[in-house]
Amino acid sequence: MNTAADGLSVEKVHVWRGDRHVLQGVSLELRPRQLLHISGPNGTGKTTLLRVVCGLLRPEQGRVSWHGQSISSVRTEYQAALAYASHEPALKGDLTALENLRFAVGLKRRVTAGELRASLERTGVGACADLPARVLSAGQRRRVALARILAMQATLWLLDEPFTNLDTAGTALTGELLHSHVQAGGAALVVAHHTLEVDVDVRRLELGP
Amino acid sequence: MNVGLLEAFALIVRRELCLSFRRPDQLLQPLVFFLIVTTLFPLGLNLQLSLLRDMSPGVLWVAALLSSLLSLDSLFKSDADDGTLEQLALCGQDLTVIVVAKTFAHWLVSGAALVLVSPVVGTALGIPTEAFLTMMLSLTLGTLTLSWLGAIGAGLTVGLKRGNVLLSLIVLPLAMPLLIFGAGATDRAISGTSSAGALYFLAALCVFTCTLAPFAATTALRITLE
Repeated sequence: MNTAADGLSVEKVHVWRGDRHVLQGVSLELRPRQLLHISGPNGTGKTTLLRVVCGLLRPEQGRVSWHGQSISSVRTEYQAALAYASHEPALKGDLTALENLRFAVGLKRRVTAGELRASLERTGVGACADLPARVLSAGQRRRVALARILAMQATLWLLDEPFTNLDTAGTALTGELLHSHVQAGGAALVVAHHTLEVDVDVRRLELGP
Repeated sequence: MNVGLLEAFALIVRRELCLSFRRPDQLLQPLVFFLIVTTLFPLGLNLQLSLLRDMSPGVLWVAALLSSLLSLDSLFKSDADDGTLEQLALCGQDLTVIVVAKTFAHWLVSGAALVLVSPVVGTALGIPTEAFLTMMLSLTLGTLTLSWLGAIGAGLTVGLKRGNVLLSLIVLPLAMPLLIFGAGATDRAISGTSSAGALYFLAALCVFTCTLAPFAATTALRITLE
């Protein structure tokens, strides 16, 4: 029982979307230093599951808990500990990459421009820091979104299709970042069609139709 | 390490202002609309100055309400469309703070700007200079209230593809008291009688919406986020 209080646990979650029973009793456990890869065909509720885990979507049945407590009762702490990347990069086209990061990360923790630039450098888009996000390519935008995850210094990463639009080097970089995050004691939940090439113990959850 | 409420508020207001000033066309459109609509009336009706003065408070207020509505649609919609609303909802701050900050910033670039250009419109409509102060005060209270009513409507319609017509249908009936007391206050100021009563009513409506609408708008937004 002691271990159950550590990390994230999802118990028998059911979600209906209109008439469709999208999630049918999904359960999962995620502890520090673990990476969980969620895969499955289109339309099986991978993104829905991630939104439930974030707390954006309330399940009709079941429970999501963080360190043994329901996420709605520890909402602020839970949100401070998580970094979510949806399948859109969620950037404002009119703001520069750096401003995008400042306004997103700055709400989570106090952060300096230097730190933000460093995380943009780390994801290989340091040169784009002062360009408006609308002129960046889809791959570059994805890298900026990755830099945002990095700069948030969260313990729980929830990534929805993080490899979309990325080149080979970008895919490898994402793998590296996931590796060092997990090594440093973090946990990650990744929704992806790709097989994850990460040098850590990857657990899998396959959602079926 | 954690970011305080006021800090978060200031950061979001800065974000919104930054975004608005990067798009000057969207900033100016409601203002130009306000100016054009109010100049159309005297041109179309060919009135004498005395008749124009009688009509001007109503014209001014209807134009102000409609032009405020123009920009309300984008209050949450652009953030919802590009996914940044989800990021804001998960930033660890109370969603109410985010809604309050966004609505306040929206009022600064729409309502406050409208108040600032209203003397120009007032002059064009033949409103005497003595009535300007009352006119601007009533517009300040009115646009602030309208921004809050609009935030509820925008929160409810954010998930809809063509939500702006529905938004008008939700907000305009609620804005009727504003029109009655706002135009009433301006009218009394023009005729030289005391407009205090109407202004008090406007102020009461403003306080009422400022205190309750943030929670209603947050709830509406939370429902549509699901």
